[in-house]
Amino acid sequence: MSTLRGRGIAAVNYPTGMNLGGDPSQALIHSTPTGAFMITLSSTDLGQGLRTVMAQIGAEALGVPMETVHIDTADSDTGPHCMGTFASRATHRVGNAIMAAAKEAKEALMDVAADELEAAPEDLETDGEGNIRVVGVPERSISVTDVALAAHFKHGRTLSGRGMYTKQKSEVDPETGAMDPDSTEAHACTVAEVEVDTETGRVRVVSLRSAYEVGRALNPALVQGQITGGAWMGMSHALYETTAPYYPAIDHGPEDFTHYLMPGAAELPEIESTILEMPSVNGPFGMKGVGEMTANSPIPAIANAITDAIGVQITELPITPEKVLRALEDSDSQEAA
Amino acid sequence: MSDAKPFDVIGRSHERREARGHATGSTLYVDDVSYPRMCHMKAVRSPVPHARIRGVDFSEAERVPGFVTHLTADDVPKNVYTILCLIGVEPDEEQVLASERVRYKGEPIAMVVAETEEAAFEAAAKVKLDLEELPAVFDVEEALAPGAPIVTHWGSNYFVYEGHHCRRVRYGDAPAAREQADRVITGRYQMSPIEHAPVEPTGCIAKPEADGRVTVHTNTQAIFFSLDNTAIILQVPPHKLRFVGGTVGGGFGGKVDVIVEPLATLAAMRTGRPIKYVYTRQEEMQVSSTRSANRIYITDGINDDGTIVSREVTSYEDAGAYSRHTPYGCTKHAANAAGPYTIPNVSIDVHCVYTNRTPSSAMRGFGVTEASFALEMQMDRIARELSIDPWELRMRHAYRNGDERPYRKTTEDATLIETMLAAAELAGVELSADLRAMSSDDRGVPA
Amino acid sequence: MTARAVGFALNGEPVAVLAEPLTTLQSVLREQLGMTGTKAGCRQGGCGTCTVHVDGEPTLSCLVPVENVEDRAVTTIEGLGSPEEPSALQAAFHEGFATQCGFCSPGMVAIASALLERNPDPSAEEIGEALAGNVCRCTGIAPIVAAIEDAAERMR
Repeated sequence: MSTLRGRGIAAVNYPTGMNLGGDPSQALIHSTPTGAFMITLSSTDLGQGLRTVMAQIGAEALGVPMETVHIDTADSDTGPHCMGTFASRATHRVGNAIMAAAKEAKEALMDVAADELEAAPEDLETDGEGNIRVVGVPERSISVTDVALAAHFKHGRTLSGRGMYTKQKSEVDPETGAMDPDSTEAHACTVAEVEVDTETGRVRVVSLRSAYEVGRALNPALVQGQITGGAWMGMSHALYETTAPYYPAIDHGPEDFTHYLMPGAAELPEIESTILEMPSVNGPFGMKGVGEMTANSPIPAIANAITDAIGVQITELPITPEKVLRALEDSDSQEAA
Repeated sequence: MSDAKPFDVIGRSHERREARGHATGSTLYVDDVSYPRMCHMKAVRSPVPHARIRGVDFSEAERVPGFVTHLTADDVPKNVYTILCLIGVEPDEEQVLASERVRYKGEPIAMVVAETEEAAFEAAAKVKLDLEELPAVFDVEEALAPGAPIVTHWGSNYFVYEGHHCRRVRYGDAPAAREQADRVITGRYQMSPIEHAPVEPTGCIAKPEADGRVTVHTNTQAIFFSLDNTAIILQVPPHKLRFVGGTVGGGFGGKVDVIVEPLATLAAMRTGRPIKYVYTRQEEMQVSSTRSANRIYITDGINDDGTIVSREVTSYEDAGAYSRHTPYGCTKHAANAAGPYTIPNVSIDVHCVYTNRTPSSAMRGFGVTEASFALEMQMDRIARELSIDPWELRMRHAYRNGDERPYRKTTEDATLIETMLAAAELAGVELSADLRAMSSDDRGVPA
Repeated sequence: MTARAVGFALNGEPVAVLAEPLTTLQSVLREQLGMTGTKAGCRQGGCGTCTVHVDGEPTLSCLVPVENVEDRAVTTIEGLGSPEEPSALQAAFHEGFATQCGFCSPGMVAIASALLERNPDPSAEEIGEALAGNVCRCTGIAPIVAAIEDAAERMR
């Protein structure tokens, strides 16, 4: 009986968004009478933190504090159309829609502020703390609240904006496959270290060390959430999960969590990661979608690490102890032959 | 690298506003909502993978105390479930409720509605199905071989892409380049179907409103996608429906199949009562769509200096019994099947294959997870056979900005090299000076 | 009619429900008593989202007939803290990004709270073992372990 150690790498890309039907999303922004901003969407939060990141984008684009920006989602009666949350598209498409809407709302905001301050709009700036002031003359300032009140009750103006993002639809050439399927590419590279027990076939993932290039980490903790959660899911996919243990046969498919194996706390590897930011051409503030990518690079990295450990490639997932033992047996008999 | 402009709000780890509600159990999910007079709906499903439906007998089910009504194919106004019809994908092949033939174990044939969940389960269990079993096929390559049982209704077990039997990418002349190459390295890579397994099961509540509209609380990942498909199936104007949600207890791509809303809404319209339809964990595990189990063959033509001169990929995507999102997934897979690498001759065939298995559909990484798995194992195989450093092999071939992808799009936002350099540093791997000098903007070191 | 009254203490207050035999504590809590913080992820005892305390012991409420808690003390997530006044553990969860979709969170808090009651200074291994029956699909588990360690420190 022995424990064999191995290291493997994988380098991957992940596209942001789709091309299907233009991949559209919309956002509406309006100010309340006292200068809070409501961003109305019909996008869904799956736990990745969409509402928070959208509020961050809106606040940054409007130049107002995060606390005064609220996300209202998802109600098809009030929210404008959104294609949905999948394909790593949401922050990119919805975020871009919010930025377009914020641009329109901010123009109205600055216009009214200019009137109130008796200045030109181009001479004004937001201070990010709820005020608008003349550049270089901080005493000439007015609160966003006062601007909103003035807009609503004196000027008769709405401080609102509409935004939409859509990608030009491109058909796929049936002969050559020429197409434009996505908007940008994020990248990840994982170095995995494993230990294989040659008596039981069990694989223990010792560590996953990865770099993720994400364009811009709009909320670093939420990016980390995708990294850690994705790494776990990738490891699970590589070593444990299947709905058909005798694929392609449909027999013995697990029906509950007892039989559908996923790693527990005791199986967690050491996870270390580094985030690179190389802004994309077209994402909000240069971001790239990462929600799916983070589960992808660990899978072949772990498989390649197992190859390094035992000298045989196991090319069928999940890499169960049974598969490891059979591979070791086959390679032993090949050596003996 | 990243520009130095300071931001006030982005770039900071703002706490999520719903986190407090999550940690204290006060966040409301679909199943937490309930209405007066609400009924429960459960499915009657095929116990076998392929069968002709001879009859459905509700007589015992109807006698269960609390039984309210049942739904069959005849009750569904447009009994066609082609979720990509909104973007013109044809043909129509999946039904909302099966009428003549079932093509996978678990396919819904009828729904029962009852006052309580227990009564609904009991009534569903008492529905008698008269089925004539048919031969079934489970393996993708067997499904494409002559003589295989045919799953679809158009005579072949594959999706037709504008006259072709697969999604194709053709760039340069891969077979010719392979002939000229010093050696050929092939690999066969097999994914497994896996479940999204969100901890919150798929579900919705459809509630009829006094003004004739229906409000549907749903944990769909795509509000309008679900609404529009429901409207088409029920043959009602979309504005008659109001879909609300936005708080999903895990999705991972498994809550975009619009699977519960149409029938719940139909039952609500029929009974005038709120209808709750939530998947059991068993349904989530074995009936709800899975990731496709791709079988991928890669054949690479390689010169002795390690240059990959040709890459041919044949991928069989196991769509299961019906299309769902797979015809699109195969296209996405095809775009990524040669990888983030610049290879002058590429040929890709992605077959969307039908088998008598649970339909596969979108899942986290749709089309790319499979490609990355196969490609990175293949790169490993090449590196071993040629005794080339696995970092070097990848970095030499990594696409640069300005390179043309096999699907003829000019690469921008390429950052694979920089990402690899950062990973190597983090992992304590010493790379040569040549590799460390590489960049995505410069083909400096000749491939 | 075979339903009968079952009385127990819920989060410190006496309650009584009318239930058919073998009605689970989970369904009574969620459907009769409005305690929807306790979730129903599988109803087979496999996911831990239905975890409550019965006389201080962590218990899978989907596997317990309500008759079994007659005259006993049941504590649900609602009894462990509120959005206005979260417990130290709950605060560690939400501040520590230990919740994403949130569906597993009540069960995780319930099991962790029981652990910290009997072991105020658990090792990472002991925490992991306590969480073995609770499924999380989103976070990768490590942030939850970290939040529990953080809470233990705050509470010491």
